[in-house]
Amino acid sequence: MKRLLKGGRVVDPVNGRDGIFDLLIDGDRIAEVGTNLKADGAEVINIPAGLVVCPGLIDMHVHLREPGQEHKETVATGVASAVAGGFTAVACMPNTRPVNDNAGVTKLILQKAAEANLARVYPIGAVSRGQKGEELADIAELKEAGCVAVTDDGLPVATARLARRALEYTSMFNMPVIEHCEDQTLKGDGVAHEGPVAASLGLRGIPGVAEAITAGRDILLAEMTGGHIHIAHMSAWTTIEAVRQGKSRGVKVTCEVCPHHFTLTDDLLAAPVAYDTNTKMNPPLREARDRDAMIAGLVDGTVDVISTDHAPHHYDEKNVEFDRAPFGIVGLETAVPITLDKLVHTGLITLSRMVELMSVNPARILNVPGGSLSPGAPADVTILALDLPVTVDKTKLVSKSKNTPFHGWSFRGGVAATIVGGRTVYTNPAAGLK
Amino acid sequence: MLTALKHKHLLGIADLSPEEIVLVLDTAEAMKEVGQRTIKKVPTLRGRTVINLFFEPSTRTRTSFEIAEKRLSADTLNVAIASSSVVKGETLVDTAMNLEAMAPSMIVLRHASSGAGHLLSRICKAAIVNAGDGMHEHPTQALLDAFTIRERKGRLAGLKIAIVGDLLHSRVLRSNVLLLTKLGADVWVCAPATLIPPGLREMGVTVTTRVDDAVEGADVIMMLRIQLERMQGAYFPSQREYFRTFGMTEARVARAKTDCIIMHPGPINRGVEIASEVADGEQSVILDQVANGVAVRMAVLYLLAGGADHETVT
Repeated sequence: MKRLLKGGRVVDPVNGRDGIFDLLIDGDRIAEVGTNLKADGAEVINIPAGLVVCPGLIDMHVHLREPGQEHKETVATGVASAVAGGFTAVACMPNTRPVNDNAGVTKLILQKAAEANLARVYPIGAVSRGQKGEELADIAELKEAGCVAVTDDGLPVATARLARRALEYTSMFNMPVIEHCEDQTLKGDGVAHEGPVAASLGLRGIPGVAEAITAGRDILLAEMTGGHIHIAHMSAWTTIEAVRQGKSRGVKVTCEVCPHHFTLTDDLLAAPVAYDTNTKMNPPLREARDRDAMIAGLVDGTVDVISTDHAPHHYDEKNVEFDRAPFGIVGLETAVPITLDKLVHTGLITLSRMVELMSVNPARILNVPGGSLSPGAPADVTILALDLPVTVDKTKLVSKSKNTPFHGWSFRGGVAATIVGGRTVYTNPAAGLK
Repeated sequence: MLTALKHKHLLGIADLSPEEIVLVLDTAEAMKEVGQRTIKKVPTLRGRTVINLFFEPSTRTRTSFEIAEKRLSADTLNVAIASSSVVKGETLVDTAMNLEAMAPSMIVLRHASSGAGHLLSRICKAAIVNAGDGMHEHPTQALLDAFTIRERKGRLAGLKIAIVGDLLHSRVLRSNVLLLTKLGADVWVCAPATLIPPGLREMGVTVTTRVDDAVEGADVIMMLRIQLERMQGAYFPSQREYFRTFGMTEARVARAKTDCIIMHPGPINRGVEIASEVADGEQSVILDQVANGVAVRMAVLYLLAGGADHETVT
């Protein structure tokens, strides 16, 4: 079956397109992009002005919680949340229970994803068996089962030696090692960014350099081994500086930033709701200097990817003392509104750059299909509604968990529809798309 | 003139204006007089229930609150961690909601987590009095310290007050810095560099690692407890070295004004942060602090219950 998306603004940086084009989908593939394409029996979908057709967005850092913590999220609820947020694919972290360190868990996740049949799911395996930081997991087996990268996310790869081995070993499979950078001895039992806000609230601090130290270690190891290190969820200005230096030396290092780290600062821990546990995540919200460095890196090209670090937690788990609450916030359904509002509409980045950050580069880093609207590519398409007013209401989130610090925030821009493999899996009734 | 507190709860000194602080101190003077009577009881809080909810061991603070409550004729009960449901895995929120269902007027809360009082204040109708939350604040301690200083010095504005000890982990430090700077004191804080939190200077105090500079010409020396387990965090090498470099000795006290008073919120570690000669010496007001704690807590409870507005109830 053919579908013709007619007359919309198409933003497809891989093919150098940003203009009014028609997009023809044939079955689950992109057939053609051009002007005045003939319907020729295809179902015609007219794209109104203000909507943008782009390659499907890919979130390379989410926690789907299944197996083991289905009260927070399942693969099914997670991918439903993803498509509602405009993502056609997500890569899920291995810190499930049990850990995704073997083909059995990987296959379970893929099976649940196939049953849900919404967004594509790319499992990420553990670097070390049980994420214990002692010996490598069976990475070849993980790759064969469908894993696209390895990480011990939630924790850093425990030692420099193991990080070295992981970088060497994965280089055989063209897989990146994704690193949660955080020197555990400096983190200690910290729960918030170490700075004046945490000091005045009496919260134990996690200094920014705890992140940069591990990033620095891994960038040096990537340089030595020729492996590919991907620095996850950067939060500190010193980390982005380390990445910038590594890139200038030609190291295979890529990196990502989450919307909360380019939008919020630790002031949010004190007001409007003091000790709100939905402001607690790891890495923590940091200071204006750090937040501004994330924006600068997004603008100057240092940052490769915007990911969400979607980390659902049950209300009961968050409704506790700040230092006892788990780290993390949901992010799949707020990433597009925040990015459009804070980066695109402010003129900091172009729509093309946003598509690079949220589609082209994640696909390239994970070596997965997608990231372009080239003929023959999977028909994974996100339609953005540039000026749609969006007010975040946590009670309306599709995700099973509601732990967002953005409840009540209003943004300009949202998602109109999400198409996966040629099939419309999400339509936002407010966006005016028929 | 101010006759009541603006906030329903006392979560921290951060929420109090200078006028409100003075109101508490003035009210505490009247309460102190009650404590000097033969029959140390007034009917002010008769028929009101006050729960002392203590999740951390405390002798001084809990006893002080309990005596204050009894002198105001409140119905009081103590819920201590050992006898509470928390050991059965109940959350703080559930514990609070259960207590709340029994309609207490006030909950006095001591908890190891910073912000625990803020959490309770969002779910309870009862007024929450923070009796120490983690490393955040201990407002009634700062109020009784201020009361003691004012009693001895007649004022707070312009006094040089040196606070020496573990600044990083101390809720007493945070509350005192907020209070003393609000009332115009010249506050110096001193600790090893490992125990100084970021952002202290921005709170309007002079930060130093040289104890002699801190105490030089001081009107008040306030010592903070050094927790011995801090050595494991590599904050300082040994008790011996700490005492050598930061311990309050008679020689160091001699650098302060001759009428300088020595304070400590207790419990003291003799020979660690303070020499016994100083703790027990003529300049020490450590036991006055304890005595004044009752009066100040009576004042706080009275004002939170409505102050003069509710005094007609007899």
